[in-house]
Amino acid sequence: MRYPFPVGKSDFIQGDEAIARAAILAGCRFYAGYPITPASEIFEAMALYMPLVDGVSIQMEDEIASIAAIIGASWAGAKAMTATSGPGFSLMQENLGYAVMTETPIVVVDVQRGGPSTGQPTLPAQGDIMQAIWGTHGDHMLIVLSPSTVQEAFDFTILAFNFAEKYRTPVVLLTDAEIAHMRERVYIPSPEEIELVERKLPASEEEAKLPFGDPHGDGVPPMPIFGKGYRTYVTGLTHDERGRPKTVDAEVHEKLITRIFRKILDHKDEIISYEEFMLDDADVAIVSTGIVSRSAIRAVKILRERGVKAGLLKLNTVWPFDFDYIEELAERVRKIYVPEMNLGQLYHLVKEGANGKAEVELIAKIGGEVHTPMEIVERVVG
Amino acid sequence: MYMKSAYEIRDKYLRKDMLPTIFCPGCGIGSVLQFTLRAIDDLGLNQDEIVWVSGIGCSSRVPGFVNFDGLHTTHGRALAFATGIKLANPNLKIIAFMGDGDAAAIGGNHFIHAIRRNLDVTVILINNFTYGMTGGQVAPTALKGLRGTTAPYGQFENPFDIAGLAVAAGANYVARWTVFNYLQGINSIKKALSKEGFTLVEFLSPCPISFGRRNRMKTSPELIRWYQKITVPLAKAKKMKPEELEGKIVIGEFADRDRPGLVREYREYIKRAKKMMGWEE
Ligand SMILES: Cc1ncc(C[n+]2csc(CCOP(=O)(O)OP(=O)(O)O)c2C)c(N)n1
Ligand code: SF4
Repeated sequence: MRYPFPVGKSDFIQGDEAIARAAILAGCRFYAGYPITPASEIFEAMALYMPLVDGVSIQMEDEIASIAAIIGASWAGAKAMTATSGPGFSLMQENLGYAVMTETPIVVVDVQRGGPSTGQPTLPAQGDIMQAIWGTHGDHMLIVLSPSTVQEAFDFTILAFNFAEKYRTPVVLLTDAEIAHMRERVYIPSPEEIELVERKLPASEEEAKLPFGDPHGDGVPPMPIFGKGYRTYVTGLTHDERGRPKTVDAEVHEKLITRIFRKILDHKDEIISYEEFMLDDADVAIVSTGIVSRSAIRAVKILRERGVKAGLLKLNTVWPFDFDYIEELAERVRKIYVPEMNLGQLYHLVKEGANGKAEVELIAKIGGEVHTPMEIVERVVG
Repeated sequence: MYMKSAYEIRDKYLRKDMLPTIFCPGCGIGSVLQFTLRAIDDLGLNQDEIVWVSGIGCSSRVPGFVNFDGLHTTHGRALAFATGIKLANPNLKIIAFMGDGDAAAIGGNHFIHAIRRNLDVTVILINNFTYGMTGGQVAPTALKGLRGTTAPYGQFENPFDIAGLAVAAGANYVARWTVFNYLQGINSIKKALSKEGFTLVEFLSPCPISFGRRNRMKTSPELIRWYQKITVPLAKAKKMKPEELEGKIVIGEFADRDRPGLVREYREYIKRAKKMMGWEE
């Protein structure tokens, strides 16, 4: 297969471009979107590439339609993605919940900018962490990944598709305006180097009859995509294993929702990924995600030079969250700092995880600039 | 025209384990469903290649009762979901079964844009002038003066003419009937299903429970008689003065054209892209 960009070599590209190329290599063949800064370049790249690989790229009337279209495409068998930023992500929330409830594999990229409302369209922020995790209504579970470099934006996009397919779930890729527009060297692997996961399809008529069952015991039902003669009914209403609406049956509701939680939480170890820098002997830990982690690494180095035993925990997965691991960490260190580009979102999760075993302090910054390393250092050394 | 018995149609196309339906006695949705199934049957379409899509409302429950692939989505969004299904697998034929509130209020934007793109879909629209499922609030189709729980003193806004809207937005086929015009209705659905691009068949459909009760028409026959009174066939309407048409609804076939559908346009677009990039051998 021919690709509309060089593969098997490095290229100097923006984060948004990296996401588009990764999606194509991950097998995404349906993209629907609505323009918004700083996510538009993802759409523009998809518009350029998709027809060349016989995929679809379509500009919908709004973000509600965009996510709806990719859910439809997924049920028609395609790997599908949309990308947006805060205001558009808000519009997608109802259908994000629909994707959770109907267990539809999709990838939604949210390139964060300053909010609330139209806010700071061109500037980075991390204000959508809560929205990504808890934006839709009702009890729900999904996966949220957060890259901190352009290379990670590329790698995590592939990961996002793999998780979506493997667990039949929406996956949110949470980046920001800084990563979106920054150019970095990215290794674009050739297809043979990439391990791709494809959704489980029904192996038999029996399995196809239980589109929301658990025939394999892993919580993930095989997905009977449309047009194969299975005659599957998919609804956002509470439904039984066969997909039949059972809206007032408490047991059916509980069984469905707990399985949707379980299929992800039971595989937490595989889904959750983080990186530790100099954390083994640390006395002070910094916990961060996304773009801020880059300043935090530098801050750790400066702090070490100054004799402070600092370490960094960089979260690649924001949700599900490893509360237990944070508690373990809190037992080992004296204090945890959480630098983030909002007034405290990741902070709440870390604090809950720390469970009082260590003091947790927020280093908030808003307005559109990433923390400088010194801003973090100064807070730590007081 | 030879008509199969309703039992035959039922046994062939409905999901027995889902019956009975949620529809109230006298509701018109069942009739329109029957027309649609008869049209499919008459055309001999492959059941495995049709996907039913719907939003939220009484009418949107229909895909649950028919033995086809079906996507029961969020309120008003059916056509946006349908866009993804159709473009991702153009071999599938899509029927969107929608309510008037679903299609023209919350879904109004998706509706006009699906038509603008000429999305290959057949919309079967249940116009009962009300929000049936939520208990009788006014819909954007409600004629002035009609009552709903959110306009207890009679609707004061202007109604949408959904079929007219669809014609203006560029649909390939548009027809409107009442559930009483069953032969025209079935024929229109057959025509709609046979064409590419966006096709719409709107039905004025009785909702005695949420709507009729509040407008002094407690039973379906009363509503049908009222529909007969307020509807005017297109040919006759053409000869009437605007004043005479006040408060009337025109029925008939409003558009029948053959603009290329979205799937065809996108295929051409792919070809153009490859050519422009020098990818064509
Ligand atoms: C986002 C959203 N808003 C409101 C509702 C509540 N709701 C359910 S059905 C419905 C209206 C249904 O009316 P219509 O589309 O005319 O269909 P009918 O029930 O008359 O067939 C509404 C407002 C909802 N489910 N979702
Ligand atoms: S409320 Fe009206 S539209 Fe809904 S099922 Fe009853 S009669 Fe039909």
